[in-house]
Amino acid sequence: MAEYILLVADVENSGLLSKSSLEALSAAKRLVESIPASRFAVALVGEKVEAAMDQVATCGADRFLAVEGADFAQSRYGTDALAVEALVKAAQATVVVAPANSRWNRVLPGVAHRLNGRVDTHVTSFTIAGGNLEINRWYYRQRMEATLKRAQRPWVVLLESGFLAAWIGASGKAPIEKINPAITDSLRRTSAIGIKAPVSDQQTIRPEAELLFVAGAGWTKKQPDGQTHVPDAEKLILGFIRKTRSSLGSSKSLVDLGGEGQAILSFLSHLNQIGQTGATPRHAKGLSTCCHGEEPHTVGWRFISERRAINLDPNCGWARGKADVLYVADAFKVITLLNEMLK
Amino acid sequence: MTPGYQIVVCGSIVPDPLQTLEPQTTPAGPVLKSEMMLPMVLDPWASHALYEAAHLASKNAGSKVWLVSLAPKAKLQQVMMTVAQKVPFELFALDGSASGFTDAVETAAILAEAIQTIPALDRSRLLVFGGWESASRGSGSTMQIVGERLGILDQFQGVDQLTVQPDGAFEILERMEGGKHQISRCVAPPLLIGWATGNLPEPKNNPQVGMANMRGIMPAVQKAKPVKMPGEGMSFAQVSLPKQLRETKIVKDLPPEAIAKEIAAWLGNAH
Ligand SMILES: Cc1cc2nc3c(=O)[nH]c(=O)nc-3n(C[C@H](O)[C@H](O)[C@H](O)COP(=O)(O)OP(=O)(O)OC[C@H]3O[C@@H](n4cnc5c(N)ncnc54)[C@H](O)[C@@H]3O)c2cc1C
Repeated sequence: MAEYILLVADVENSGLLSKSSLEALSAAKRLVESIPASRFAVALVGEKVEAAMDQVATCGADRFLAVEGADFAQSRYGTDALAVEALVKAAQATVVVAPANSRWNRVLPGVAHRLNGRVDTHVTSFTIAGGNLEINRWYYRQRMEATLKRAQRPWVVLLESGFLAAWIGASGKAPIEKINPAITDSLRRTSAIGIKAPVSDQQTIRPEAELLFVAGAGWTKKQPDGQTHVPDAEKLILGFIRKTRSSLGSSKSLVDLGGEGQAILSFLSHLNQIGQTGATPRHAKGLSTCCHGEEPHTVGWRFISERRAINLDPNCGWARGKADVLYVADAFKVITLLNEMLK
Repeated sequence: MTPGYQIVVCGSIVPDPLQTLEPQTTPAGPVLKSEMMLPMVLDPWASHALYEAAHLASKNAGSKVWLVSLAPKAKLQQVMMTVAQKVPFELFALDGSASGFTDAVETAAILAEAIQTIPALDRSRLLVFGGWESASRGSGSTMQIVGERLGILDQFQGVDQLTVQPDGAFEILERMEGGKHQISRCVAPPLLIGWATGNLPEPKNNPQVGMANMRGIMPAVQKAKPVKMPGEGMSFAQVSLPKQLRETKIVKDLPPEAIAKEIAAWLGNAH
């Protein structure tokens, strides 16, 4: 069945498109190439769209649609939903592809409902079978993978990063068609008033990093000398994160300790938690330290390609086919030495 | 104006995270093998929503908390034995599938319809809460559609903090990429919040709260209306467990120096 595909993306603070938006553009192009007689348009939302449109002017889209203005600078459900609703209607799109970022994950399910369509979030890849789109996504917190298709249109697909390479092409001058949905005051009951970010030396979550370093509760437990060494653990972990520019993850047990009045690593929050009730980040490599490697924890490793672990216990969960390498060793010693070796 | 909030929490049940899960294909679509035998818990992010709701209600006299739950009623009743011990709420039960393979659109339609039948619902005091994603479908789309159906367009997802300002407005912290939060202000109810972890620990069991809750829970479960989610237009080609286990190389008896060197070399390859 021929589809009309609409890429929906937001303009970054830089005025350009993010890597994940350009990956979603590659996905839109892949769909057009593999479903006969299909075509596609680009739709952008932001305060100013021109530079971002020019960035993708040569991508081969039929149309370059935009909703622009101060009301669209920040993510806000009511106005963003109205913008995308108008864009999908203008394009008469049957398939909407958008990057699965916090802005579109929040808004697009509601838009799909308004348009009497359907939505699938956290889509990891897709295939074309018999000329029809089939998407892949995980269920039960990344524990099983499903392939499915839908009869309803428009079908909104929020695509996770990492499936296709970001689109690269010459910039140019895109013929922008502006859509101006009417914003009523009732949509301005909410205002975005800022961003709360960790102070820069405590900035430990780096989605773009090559390596995910994961700390478990073992760092706070009594060590062979009968004592805990939390301040040392803190120094070692932060030292490693800074030297490697890696992203810091944590087990649930370790972040939960903070709520129980125990000494805990001061820079950790629930945002660092990976696993069944935490995040499932995407990184090329992962190094787990002092984590027991239990199932609800290792769910957070689903999208980590190469995995290594350090644990004192040779029988910990990691030994059961979850890591590529398990080093049975004292993480305090290994990380001390590693920090000395790394420049 | 009547003081306090009406807080409606949407939350269902999911298999205990420590259970081994296996998908099974049936003519009606995929299901979990022996689903009715699996021990269940209240969905983790929805639990946070419930605790946050109870906390907010306890600080604002005149408030009330409902838990709207769509699940097989026998299983729901079991889970409620535990949940009832935690915080005061009134249960609104719907008897139907809690499977992750149902469609969010259909679930949301049923939840929204149920919420609209709550007696004396007052939009000027209404806060609709839920988990931002379930541990079953994990899609983070049900709550938005519930909001759309109720006409609530002030919606927030991945929320870790909600504070009431002196002027009655709300300040909301929503998760964004890179460990950051977007801070928003919403002038007044109604609003809809998909909770992430929030900041509250799991409340301790309170037998008195449990007893008071159970008086309403048993009748609510008994009169739970049966509902159907056929998954119209949705077809699964396949559901499978991740391919295979990794071959884990277990390195014992290597001195820390050698391990550090090996890891440094492995990391070096990254650049
Ligand atoms: C509903 C539910 C949801 C859950 N969701 C999650 C989730 O999202 N994420 C998650 O992580 N967990 C989750 N869990 C918890 C999970 O089951 C485990 O309890 C938890 O991950 C264990 O954390 P840990 O490995 O840090 O700690 P522990 O189990 O305490 O293990 C500590 C480890 O450190 C090792 N160790 C100690 N000292 C050293 C040293 N010097 N060098 C090397 N190793 C050392 C020990 O050998 C031990 O294996 C969930 C559980 C439930 C019930």
